[in-house]
Amino acid sequence: MFKDIIIGQYIPGNSPLHRMNAPIKIILTIFYIIILFFINNPISYLAFALYTFILVLVSKVPLKMILKGIRPMLWIFIFTAVVNLFMTPGETVWSIPIFKFTLNITSEGIIQGAKMLYRLFFLITGTSLLTLTTSPLQLTDGIETLLRPLSKIKVPSHEIAMMMTIAIRFIPTLAEETDKIMKAQTARGADFESGNIIRRAKAMVPLLIPLFVSAFRRADELATAMEARCYRGGMGRTKMKENKAGIIDLKGCTIFVIALLVLILLEILVEF
Amino acid sequence: MIETCNLSFIYRKEDIDTGKVTEELALKDLSIKIEKGSFTAVLGHNGSGKSTLAKHFNAILLPSGGKVYINGMDTLDEKKVFNIRQCAGMVFQNPDNQMVAAMVEDEVAFAPENLGVSPKEIRRRVDECLAAVNMTKYAFCSPSQLSGGQKQRVAIAAVLAMKPDILVLDEPTAMLDPMGRREVMETIKRLNREQGITVVLITHYMDEASQADRTIVMDDGEIVLDGTPKEVFKNVEKLKALGLDVPQVTLLAYELRKSGINIPEDILTEDECFDALNNVLGGASR
Repeated sequence: MFKDIIIGQYIPGNSPLHRMNAPIKIILTIFYIIILFFINNPISYLAFALYTFILVLVSKVPLKMILKGIRPMLWIFIFTAVVNLFMTPGETVWSIPIFKFTLNITSEGIIQGAKMLYRLFFLITGTSLLTLTTSPLQLTDGIETLLRPLSKIKVPSHEIAMMMTIAIRFIPTLAEETDKIMKAQTARGADFESGNIIRRAKAMVPLLIPLFVSAFRRADELATAMEARCYRGGMGRTKMKENKAGIIDLKGCTIFVIALLVLILLEILVEF
Repeated sequence: MIETCNLSFIYRKEDIDTGKVTEELALKDLSIKIEKGSFTAVLGHNGSGKSTLAKHFNAILLPSGGKVYINGMDTLDEKKVFNIRQCAGMVFQNPDNQMVAAMVEDEVAFAPENLGVSPKEIRRRVDECLAAVNMTKYAFCSPSQLSGGQKQRVAIAAVLAMKPDILVLDEPTAMLDPMGRREVMETIKRLNREQGITVVLITHYMDEASQADRTIVMDDGEIVLDGTPKEVFKNVEKLKALGLDVPQVTLLAYELRKSGINIPEDILTEDECFDALNNVLGGASR
């Protein structure tokens, strides 16, 4: 059951988006999100959606994968829409009487709800596009590069990245181990599947305790093995794969800046 | 070259209930010299102190008494710790618990990255070391996709990337299937033969120990037997008393000798056994 676990949701490929430098991609994604929350004009909404759609096409990531990332967020979507619909004060369009209260749907609420849905949708699409085109390893490397300036104010950037790399490395190992322990406990009569939620949570205890004990033992051995290979933190460490920005990153940034300028112009020039 | 002078080591154990500290002498006054370029196997059952000894060669454990010198460097010298670790690389038992990176290639790059080697040189070493253990085509795999033997070969490559003179292997085959054990043993022997790396193999498998140039048998923190595998495995009675087995063919020769058949006592391999039996039986040609 754990054999085909996918770490992150990276889809290998060779599109320009895949080849771009990870730290730059992360920065552009952050800007993408900032812009998403700044635009406030139907025309810019349209332009922004078009820009995103082009990015998805360029990345050659199947649309299905992106929609898959949105599915788990469905409840948040519905919740946001409902809250905005009923809670925004304004001109009442429709009233629903429930016992003593009346729930009012306002026209402002409809607009606000639609805006929030739009933002959530593109927030997820944009970030999925990053994680779909960047391998977890590149991502951690990218985060380390971005955090490096912060090490001056004692942010342990190298340690954070190292921890993430090790976590990624150990997901399959621990998943396999969970599977093994589960089978061993099932063989001894443990029941993980029946009963209500409390019963099932209780049944997890004999699974979690050996798993934790073993994880600690692994951590101890790994630390020894790392020390044996002269690991001494990030100081004086080099990297085999250097994150070097190339022409493709320049192109990517240029396109992004152009898109940004277009959006700003639309915001300023088009009155609505 | 590894040299230990009157090395002793005390494990301190604290009883959780009573808080009483008990001291256990894990190594007792050991003096060994392991020559450059040799292949030494250290044999012993669980708790004989063989792993404790191995951890002294890498300055993971420091002597409670006596000294350990690696290429003339004292392991007690704190300034030399990383030089020693670079000199004497160590491979551990569990292949899963010594891999840091999520990709084989990055795993091999880990040690030289720690040493601050230039990126170009790291690339060169990674390719070279993966080739040395025949794992080049798995460079982009994740460790979870590999078999036990392959993982352990990657672990060896990861240590080789430091360019060590000495390779200390602490029961590298204990968790592997027969196929994996053979792969790892062949890799170790080839590295010793072709690249002249000094190998110290900690093991409890007799057949592995018999492939070395020198076999040291440990029991209860002391050296009981030391010599070429032939010299060591002659002592069938003594090995049995220590709870160790001898290779099957050696045992056969021993039993035959005991029943009065004139057969050499230093038989280690099946071929040697075949020839000896052939001689005894009056030589039908092979």
